[in-house]
Amino acid sequence: MKVNGTERAADAPDHRLLVDWLREDLGLTGTHVGCTTSQCGACNVMVDGEVVKACTVLVASCADSEVVTIEGLGTPEALHPMQAAFRAAHGLQCGFCTPGMVMAGIAIAHAHGPDVPEATIRHALEGNLCRCTGYQNIVAAIRQGARAMAEAGLLGEPA
Amino acid sequence: MTPFTLARPASLEAARRAFSGDAAFLAGGHTLIPAMKSGLRAVDTLVDLTRIPGLDSIRRDGDRLIVGAMARHAAVAASPVVAGAIPGLARLAAGIGDPQVRRRGTIGGSIANNDPAADYPAAVLALDAVIETSEGTHAADDFFQGMFATALADGEIITAVQFRIPEAFAYAKFRHPASRYALAGVAVARFPEGVRVAVTGVAYAVFRWTEAEAALSADLAASLPALERDDINSDIHASADYRAHLAGVMLDRARKEIQP
Ligand SMILES: Cc1cc2nc3c(=O)[nH]c(=O)nc-3n(C[C@H](O)[C@H](O)[C@H](O)COP(=O)(O)OP(=O)(O)OC[C@H]3O[C@@H](n4cnc5c(N)ncnc54)[C@H](O)[C@@H]3O)c2cc1C
Ligand code: FES
Ligand code: FES
Repeated sequence: MKVNGTERAADAPDHRLLVDWLREDLGLTGTHVGCTTSQCGACNVMVDGEVVKACTVLVASCADSEVVTIEGLGTPEALHPMQAAFRAAHGLQCGFCTPGMVMAGIAIAHAHGPDVPEATIRHALEGNLCRCTGYQNIVAAIRQGARAMAEAGLLGEPA
Repeated sequence: MTPFTLARPASLEAARRAFSGDAAFLAGGHTLIPAMKSGLRAVDTLVDLTRIPGLDSIRRDGDRLIVGAMARHAAVAASPVVAGAIPGLARLAAGIGDPQVRRRGTIGGSIANNDPAADYPAAVLALDAVIETSEGTHAADDFFQGMFATALADGEIITAVQFRIPEAFAYAKFRHPASRYALAGVAVARFPEGVRVAVTGVAYAVFRWTEAEAALSADLAASLPALERDDINSDIHASADYRAHLAGVMLDRARKEIQP
């Protein structure tokens, strides 16, 4: 499988969760574990372009897949437009939920395009919990980020 | 999680063979993996169904809509075939859980699990569906057999659900605000010979509300019966009286959507 563009052997026991393998074996601790019960979305990563909860996926199920984590999106010097929007709109406080929120935001931009209405964003964030911000700035960040992704040519035709 | 071996067969036949001893099938994993993580379930062998070709197809065949067992909720929600045949079913799928859950969870997993508050069982029952399996078929009326119980035998694999395309179908759900499961969900299907009504979230398993069926089959604008059963669920989320009342409100919403 590929993780953030690098070939990796999925050399984990069959019952290993993707999130534990990423964090503990590969040291990619940007993907967080909030609830472990499939509710909070802090563990969101991209598997073959689709944002899913890594605490509810087996490594063994990803044997031929391409996984992208928060570390694979941008660099501190060149943030991904969605990351940059979270910074600009102050879409975080403690930052615990942020990797999952950024992933969810990217999925929302791909699904709904650059002019995604606020209500659609709120509805699409049902699987992401934040205990700090009250969501207001997260929603604003995703609106900005979706527009920035379109300007950077990262969005195809909206579905 | 208790260790297990994962088999990833590439055909239905190989999946049947791989299922032996203390085993379970793995579809989207969005019920099974949480259950295994919390120690509610442990198996020696998991048989992953995702590599079996064709199990996720969605097609129309005459008066039937055939949804493959491995069709994900997101695929059903976005399918033009579903929207053309039974648009209310696409809306139901779009209302399950959250986007991440919908990208993994499957219809086969949902009905095999038969959670008393799951959405699909209500549609399968109201739409008089036939469940196709590796061993044969089951009528929806015989398939759901109580809380988390179905007619599936050990090692039997659901391959598809054949929905009967109705004149109209609607599903109204009052969602639990945290889990998104149904506190009360009512599915209503209008067929030439009458109306079928199925209720989820309210009792210990999905059921047909025969008094409502009789009333609506006679007149879609009929005054609605009150729900009376002795197995209505009562828990920290809602009392039995409240759930019965909600079922009536959801029935009223759904029946307004199936008027000609
Ligand atoms: C946060 C969250 C919110 C959710 N909200 C909702 C909701 O609002 N409404 C709702 O209805 N559901 C909800 N769900 C459940 C979700 O829809 C599950 O995906 C679904 O119930 C199970 O499908 P699965 O493909 O994930 O099955 P799995 O978890 O892989 O399997 C479930 C069970 O079915 C068996 N099985 C799977 N496929 C087959 C098959 N083809 N043949 C025979 N047996 C099979 C498995 O062995 C297992 O016992 C939610 C889940 C989560 C995690
Ligand atoms: S840690 Fe995966 S959803 Fe919360
Ligand atoms: S910023 Fe603290 S949990 Fe979201």
